[in-house]
Amino acid sequence: MPALHLENLIKRYERSGNEALKSISFSIGEGQIVALIGPSGAGKSTLIRCVNRLVEPTTGKVRWGDLDLVSLNSSDLRKTRRRIGMIFQEFALVDRLSVMENVLSGRLGYVGFWQSFMRNYPQKDIDAAFALLDRVGLSAFADRRADNLSGGQRQRVGIARALMQEPDLLLVDEPTASLDPKTSRQIMRLIAELCRERKLTAIVNIHDVPLAKMFADRVIGLRDGRVVFDGKPDELNNEALTSIYGEEDWEDAGQRALMKFVHAGEGGPQLDQERVLGLR
Amino acid sequence: MAEAAPSPTGRIWRRPPLISSPGLRWALYIGTIVYLIAAFATMDINWQRVAQGWERGQRFMSGFAPPDFTTRGDAIIEGVLESLWMAFAATIVGIVLSIPIGVGGARNLVPKPVYAVCRAFMAVSRTLPEILVAILFVKLFGFGTFAGFMTLMFATIGYFGKLLAEDIEAANQLPLEAMRAAGASWLQRLNYAVQPLVMPRAIGIAIYRLDMNFRESAVIGIVGAGGIGATLNTAFDRYEFPSAAAILLVIIIIVLGSEYLSAFTRKLVR
Ligand SMILES: Nc1ncnc2c1ncn2[C@@H]1O[C@H](COP(=O)(O)OP(=O)(O)O)[C@@H](O)[C@H]1O
Ligand SMILES: [Mg+2]
Repeated sequence: MPALHLENLIKRYERSGNEALKSISFSIGEGQIVALIGPSGAGKSTLIRCVNRLVEPTTGKVRWGDLDLVSLNSSDLRKTRRRIGMIFQEFALVDRLSVMENVLSGRLGYVGFWQSFMRNYPQKDIDAAFALLDRVGLSAFADRRADNLSGGQRQRVGIARALMQEPDLLLVDEPTASLDPKTSRQIMRLIAELCRERKLTAIVNIHDVPLAKMFADRVIGLRDGRVVFDGKPDELNNEALTSIYGEEDWEDAGQRALMKFVHAGEGGPQLDQERVLGLR
Repeated sequence: MAEAAPSPTGRIWRRPPLISSPGLRWALYIGTIVYLIAAFATMDINWQRVAQGWERGQRFMSGFAPPDFTTRGDAIIEGVLESLWMAFAATIVGIVLSIPIGVGGARNLVPKPVYAVCRAFMAVSRTLPEILVAILFVKLFGFGTFAGFMTLMFATIGYFGKLLAEDIEAANQLPLEAMRAAGASWLQRLNYAVQPLVMPRAIGIAIYRLDMNFRESAVIGIVGAGGIGATLNTAFDRYEFPSAAAILLVIIIIVLGSEYLSAFTRKLVR
């Protein structure tokens, strides 16, 4: 049974007249982690934002279970968004709030205004928040202000916030694009592990192809608003890469150097830190 | 990789000018200079009159020395207390009222009609000079501090609301997007993704507005809106310049005090 089904999804940005998505159709199975790759401007961010309607699709359907997300009215949309978690490239944390407040803000769709205003969350939400902070290795930072954390730590807060929603679907927009190669790998591994633990369906926008191949069940290649590749990670050969990104020497030295740098983290002294954080 | 061709040396680079068309650029330069000269020429300064006036000015200034705090001591204290009350009350009530209007003037939070109405109200409030509003309110409510309070409150709404709206629009929009994605309601988004971001600057602006309101209270008192301005006006009417000097010094000291207070408070909330 497909968890998510896009049908002829088109998005035209009115102001620029730019057709960012040109009739996209595909289905994603329950619990699948799909990497959405493609050059910048291909429409990856637009596509995942059409799913939770941060961007309004021009035409087309997004079926999720028995709902068509595109035709939901605003109050049903708000209820449905609670079950769709989102993780952002720039983390999208509220800098001046504490780590705990940021994590708890994932529950805003479930609690009333007054409760959230007084920061008076149900005990089970607070327990869940601490459990998630433990899981992402940040329980010691609960009352630290979010802008006092490093990039990797901030993204972990973003992940914890998304999971606080108890989502069934996770939309992830370039989670590692602001991070160094080693932290990127740790974050991607964390996201993939959490998805598997909780049997989440996920769409992960990512422009780091090796990383996508490492953690995804399936890769969809987007170019210029069209799906130009859809297959298993190991089917992503040079020919496929060329169809997605255009002509380039895919075995070139830069790529190999990057991979070597990423792998160098493996045996280095920082390995222990990774184990301490519970990432392995 | 292809061998890069050797680059010739001595190539000229200059920052491109702001206005790329040289004709338009020079027309603007020359036009500005001609306009300035013409403007000064029409001012018609009578230098002889200025020389005379200098002497009169000096005599006027020396009439203020030494400042006299005692003759009108009670009136000064009463005036200061009235002005402080007026400024405090107008700042607090004005800010409370300007929060919904300022939020309504932020394009990223409200639909267009709400935005247009709120922006229009703030524009009116900022355009009308306080002295005119004070005259109107003195006519409406009679002489005294209530007219002054209403005037300052009205001005505060336009000032604080406008700055708040601009701050909200300029703040980082990503948290707002994240809260929307999590299914937060409008009020929750305001409380979690807007308020924390604009709060520190808003507090600084509030204290600055308190300072402005106190200074303005001295001005609008002259048209009958009460406070230290009325005391100052009376002193001038009676040619009691030493008392007037004392009043001006008191105003300066209080404004200075609020300056330090605002610097201190801003350090606290950062
Ligand atoms: N708010 C917008 N208004 C107009 N055009 C936009 C907007 N957002 C994105 N676009 C355009 O849509 C296309 C796809 O953008 P995007 O979805 O951000 O791609 P990606 O995430 O793959 O880099 C680009 O050509 C971009 O310029
Ligand atoms: Mg993008």
